[in-house]
Amino acid sequence: MALELRAISKRVGQITHVKETSLILEPGRFNVLLGETGSGKTSLIKLMAGLDRVASGTILMDGQDVTGVSPQKRNISLVHQFFVNYPHMTVFDNIASPLRVAGLAKSEIQGRVEAAADVLQLRPMLHRRPHELSGGQQQRTALARAIAKESTAVFLDEPLANLDYKLREELRDQLPELFAGRGAVVVYATSEPAEALMLGGRTALMQDGRVTQFGPTAEIYRRPNTLISARVFSDPPINSAPVTKTGDRVELGHGVGWQVTGAAAGLGDGAYTVAIRPNYISPVRSEASHVPMTGTVQITELSGSESTAHFRMGAETWVSLAPGVHPYRVGEDRVFYMDPAHCFYFAPDGALAA
Amino acid sequence: MRKVNQKGWFFVLPVLALVAFNALVPMMTVVNYSVQETFGNNQFFWHGLGWFQDILRSERFHASLGRQALFTFMILVIEVPLGVIIALSMPRKGIWVPVCLVTMALPLLIPWNVIGAMWNIFTLPDIGLLGYLMNHVLGVNYNMTQDPVAAWITVIVMDVWHWTSLVVLLCYAGLVSIPDAYYQAAKIDGASNWSVFRYIQLPKMKQVLTIAVLLRFMDSFNVYTEPFVLTGGGPGNATTLLSIDLVKIALGQFDLGPAAAMSLIYFAITLFVSWLFYTLMTRNDTQ
Repeated sequence: MALELRAISKRVGQITHVKETSLILEPGRFNVLLGETGSGKTSLIKLMAGLDRVASGTILMDGQDVTGVSPQKRNISLVHQFFVNYPHMTVFDNIASPLRVAGLAKSEIQGRVEAAADVLQLRPMLHRRPHELSGGQQQRTALARAIAKESTAVFLDEPLANLDYKLREELRDQLPELFAGRGAVVVYATSEPAEALMLGGRTALMQDGRVTQFGPTAEIYRRPNTLISARVFSDPPINSAPVTKTGDRVELGHGVGWQVTGAAAGLGDGAYTVAIRPNYISPVRSEASHVPMTGTVQITELSGSESTAHFRMGAETWVSLAPGVHPYRVGEDRVFYMDPAHCFYFAPDGALAA
Repeated sequence: MRKVNQKGWFFVLPVLALVAFNALVPMMTVVNYSVQETFGNNQFFWHGLGWFQDILRSERFHASLGRQALFTFMILVIEVPLGVIIALSMPRKGIWVPVCLVTMALPLLIPWNVIGAMWNIFTLPDIGLLGYLMNHVLGVNYNMTQDPVAAWITVIVMDVWHWTSLVVLLCYAGLVSIPDAYYQAAKIDGASNWSVFRYIQLPKMKQVLTIAVLLRFMDSFNVYTEPFVLTGGGPGNATTLLSIDLVKIALGQFDLGPAAAMSLIYFAITLFVSWLFYTLMTRNDTQ
């Protein structure tokens, strides 16, 4: 069972919401759609679920063309960012509703609902109504409905976005094992890079209605194929700046330059864009190879065990994210050390060069 | 121990003064009249609960109350479901939304006595558009100034024409506040249109529907201007609703005592039924 998208697209009037997209989503591990708000994640999910019609292309489930098939005939589930439950039904009836529509036997419904409720720790709440539940419980009810339905595809559209921090972490930890071994294709949309990394599986990066890269999550994090992909999959935002390569040296300007090693050494001379994640720029020099950059501190944030500093060097603002507490003063000039081994070099057309 | 801040009372005072001026004082005047008898010369005599007994035993009051109850019952039975149906069939997106909303709001913008006059002219057998059409084109004998049934139908149709929009607009507001996500969930579950209405739209509309029923009950139970301008309570007393009868007693016959007693009974009935409706319709929320 796999969900295959072949060159699907979606237009509303003159506006293209989803540009031609082809993906093969497999069961067994999470398929994460990662992109900013408005990048087309929800539009793509609606197309996959059959809630919207595609402008072109075909959707296959298990090799069967389901492009024009209505959502209720696709055996799918959708869990929203908002807590969508029938307001005047008990939790039990909410979980049971798709099973009743499908016409299952009473005993079968009872069994499935209770099994799903057990997995999601909803047993004691089965006879309550949604408005008597906490946000986390309401969202667990929506998840239980998806599990009890035994759908072949489950779409989770930022399901944790409206939960508070603690509940979000708790539920996020449970999610992968919740769907493990159920044979369903699970698609999970999120705007947080950290969430994609924690869920693992495969990730599709989305930008402007286009999937820019798709592959095992850790792999695409380590090797973004384009500058855009690197930007989508980085929080805080990845640093980037134009550099010039001559021989085995690259020059950033402002007297900052370094010797390239590894794959980057093989690049031809010319102009590139260098990108480096904020966690590879530190106020502390740990290796002799790290490149000093002097800038004026502009914004600082201290989040418990990590220190963030935005500093200005020439026309560009750089972000450093370092473990530990570093007392920055806004306005001071400070030296930061960048690890050149973790630089990405992108060609002028945006493709990864090294 | 918690310290109670008594300064809050100062903020309530202006409202209290306003309510006293526009509600309590006039009402106490009515209460005053209802327990007194006068023979002119501005001299009043204590009459106890005599007027209340008279009114409650009066056949004329029973008849008016009966007509009033029938009128309100029919108004609610017609306007509430009709309003819900119209609200459900209105578009929720697109350029037709403002067109529908303005069209719906039009009857509500017309002054009440104009509505009565409009419908009066509209239904005149010889020159009114509807009256002429019925009598001279369709050949149906329709004259609401002579036929009580025709008068009743006209009064009710006029009220439906005037006030269904209110129910529509309230229900529509309730409907558009339902997020798309609910409809999507229902679509994925394969729920029928009836299920969508029963389990999503109706529960989500319940609050506004309660308001709509309450408003329609109070307004139709206290209705005066439109039927009075349209029929004047006639033919005979056929469409003399409670308020029309009350005005006849108070200003026509100048029986201040009985009119005051009747006002208070009228008020008590309206208040009690409103409370009953509200309690019944919101009962499930607290369970």
